[in-house]
Amino acid sequence: MKIDSVEKLRARAASAREAAGRVPVKILISMGTCGLAAGAQPVRQALRDEIAARNLGNSLEVVEVGCMGLCHCEPSLIAWNTATGAATIYGDVSPQQIPAILETAPGEIAAGTRTLERTWYYPEFEEKPDDPRVLQSRIVLRNTGRLNPESLDSYLAADGYAALARALTQMTPAEVIDEIVRSGLRGRGGGGFPTGRKWQFAAAQPAGEKFMICNADEGDPGAFMDRAVLEGDPHAVLEAMAIGGYATGASNGVIYIRAEYPLAVKRLDIAIRQAEEAGLLGKNIFGSGFDFSIEIKYGAGAFVCGEETALIHSIEGCRGEPTFKPPFPAVQGLWKRPTVVNNVETYACVAAILRKGAEWFRSIGTPGSPGTKVFALAGKVAQVGLVEVPMGTKLRDMIFQLGGGIKNGRRFKAVQTGGPSGGCITEASLDVPIDYESLKALGSMMGSGGMIVMDEDDCMINIARFFLEFTLDESCGKCTPCRIGNRRLYEMLCEICDGRGTMDTLERLKRLSAVIKDTALCGLGQTSPNPVLSTLKNFEDEYLAHIRDNRCPAGVCPNLIHYEITERCVGCGICARQCPVGCIAGERKMIHQIDQTRCVKCGVCYQVCKFHAVEKC
Amino acid sequence: MPCSCQGAGKPETDITLRYPDKTAELNAYLDALPLEAHPDRKRGVLIQSLHRAQQIFGYLPAEVQALVARKLEISIAEVYGVISFYSYFTDKPVGRYKINICTGTACFVKGANKILDEFRRQLNIREGESTPDGKFFLGALRCVGACSLAPVVMVNDRVYGNVTAKMVSEILADCAD
Repeated sequence: MKIDSVEKLRARAASAREAAGRVPVKILISMGTCGLAAGAQPVRQALRDEIAARNLGNSLEVVEVGCMGLCHCEPSLIAWNTATGAATIYGDVSPQQIPAILETAPGEIAAGTRTLERTWYYPEFEEKPDDPRVLQSRIVLRNTGRLNPESLDSYLAADGYAALARALTQMTPAEVIDEIVRSGLRGRGGGGFPTGRKWQFAAAQPAGEKFMICNADEGDPGAFMDRAVLEGDPHAVLEAMAIGGYATGASNGVIYIRAEYPLAVKRLDIAIRQAEEAGLLGKNIFGSGFDFSIEIKYGAGAFVCGEETALIHSIEGCRGEPTFKPPFPAVQGLWKRPTVVNNVETYACVAAILRKGAEWFRSIGTPGSPGTKVFALAGKVAQVGLVEVPMGTKLRDMIFQLGGGIKNGRRFKAVQTGGPSGGCITEASLDVPIDYESLKALGSMMGSGGMIVMDEDDCMINIARFFLEFTLDESCGKCTPCRIGNRRLYEMLCEICDGRGTMDTLERLKRLSAVIKDTALCGLGQTSPNPVLSTLKNFEDEYLAHIRDNRCPAGVCPNLIHYEITERCVGCGICARQCPVGCIAGERKMIHQIDQTRCVKCGVCYQVCKFHAVEKC
Repeated sequence: MPCSCQGAGKPETDITLRYPDKTAELNAYLDALPLEAHPDRKRGVLIQSLHRAQQIFGYLPAEVQALVARKLEISIAEVYGVISFYSYFTDKPVGRYKINICTGTACFVKGANKILDEFRRQLNIREGESTPDGKFFLGALRCVGACSLAPVVMVNDRVYGNVTAKMVSEILADCAD
């Protein structure tokens, strides 16, 4: 049935809600890419079998949802009574635990399972409950992990397409833009450019063919929030693109998505087809005379295509090389037509803003950066996951509360934000409320929201080298500072890691970094020295230890460490047997010795010794 | 590198002649593309066409590039320029088991390099290469978004999480034909 009027939308949403309410007990099972990789499929099968065997089909409903953000304990599921609000979050679920979970009411804890504190995650609230222990506030991820992403009714029951209906039937395009401007929404892809301003520029162009592009080329290593939204709530992106199209006068939408995300592509495909069939995309939406269609275009593995001009060239079938701005895409973009490029997470905020108003959005976050931000918490943190917090949340709270602190009781050293364009933040700055400006002031950046936590076992020079290697791989080669400058930076970092660095290397490193920052063509090149500069600023002593003392304090750089066996050795001989080059010798029950001239520093002896007798120096 | 067009037109070297079914499938795909609405925007379908061609043939040999170029009325040089730019495309045949080690930040921090070294050692190839028997391809990719399972190795579509150097031989043993 076509939903061609606001009345029909309301009626369909009401019947979807009514249908969902008939079976109040839901088992939400996380079936995103990481859930599936961790074994969600056998758990899903066990649920199916057990429900059939117990004939529970009428008393509870299993909903396959997208990522809940509980990456550290996948497969995860939530037993939730939507009528009472009682819920239990289960992590590390195995098929064997399913009978116990089904026998336990939501809110209670099944025997022999691992559960999560409710303060970590409230699937039922869009906004954060008024409890200081609760840090997450879900706007972008409001439906992700809660709704069935392959069901239009599921989205409609959660007020889906109500914002589009309101925009098309009650607001002029200028009013829509005004609402977004007043909300203070800024681009979540990294730059933080005000979204409303972007829309204004495109709207100001003469009427005619215009494009609304969704940048889903999430390439930052360690960031996967866009994937989570696309897999978990694809309709939210479609709705927002249509709203943007109406506001700017564009009737063509293009989603540019990386080919590495097959599940997201599949779910988007399904969602577009459903929306077209229901008349929520296509001609004359809600009888307003506004047309909007969306097509999917694939990336092919190039990080630089996240840059908007490069992305546009890629859609045009060219090499994804950036071009100089101006002209900005809002004036001359895809096929030389006015084009708006927004990131997935940005779009995911739009419908919520139109439904609840700009003032509501402004009330969350900081004055300069309203709203929330999704972060992908990874690295040496105990609870890896996808979290959404109001702007202005402290890093310390994120890492030590949501992240559960550092793994294996090690000491926190730094957190890297902003991916290859960002920088490292140290202990001293953990209490700074984070937003676009404060991160910049700390020498890092928001980026797309990857957050890699490092502990005392990570060598910061090696980390900087890792990011440089990434940039080298991904540099398109168009401009010299990026193509050649970064290669030289990388070589200098290698010199330092290998113990060949001098104080002069350090000077050249600083000078060249400054030159690249000033002269590279696009954002990729201009920010590529950031990991070097920020580690130099925050961990200069580590650079000096490598250069002056020929020592890698974290014990990572092979040329600068050696292994020694201490008197704790009981002479069990396990290290000698495991040593790949056979350079450990000693009598049984006597202290063994390493022949340093033949040692390849693989660290096997260090790992296998049960008596902690091998030391890394 | 000798000109790759040399063998074109000969059944023993021209892959489009050697596999007429695959060629027909690609031709059918290209012919069905809606190119007439905007004749000046034909190359907008280039990347999706190359994805399809690589799905069909497994890689993008010179004759396939030429075929796509002809249909879209652009030069072979431009097609090759696109293929060489994007890491997803390859003009060399790849092994049946595509082993990709994630070298994203989280995996790197958790020791992905050691895993990569172990695969290199056991297969005796470098990343980007396939074993001479055509069984294994070894590659590194950036972040599959399964950071909680780091370090991660993908073999075709299967994901192995929390991989250790010791698991490498088991993973290879899983790849039985």
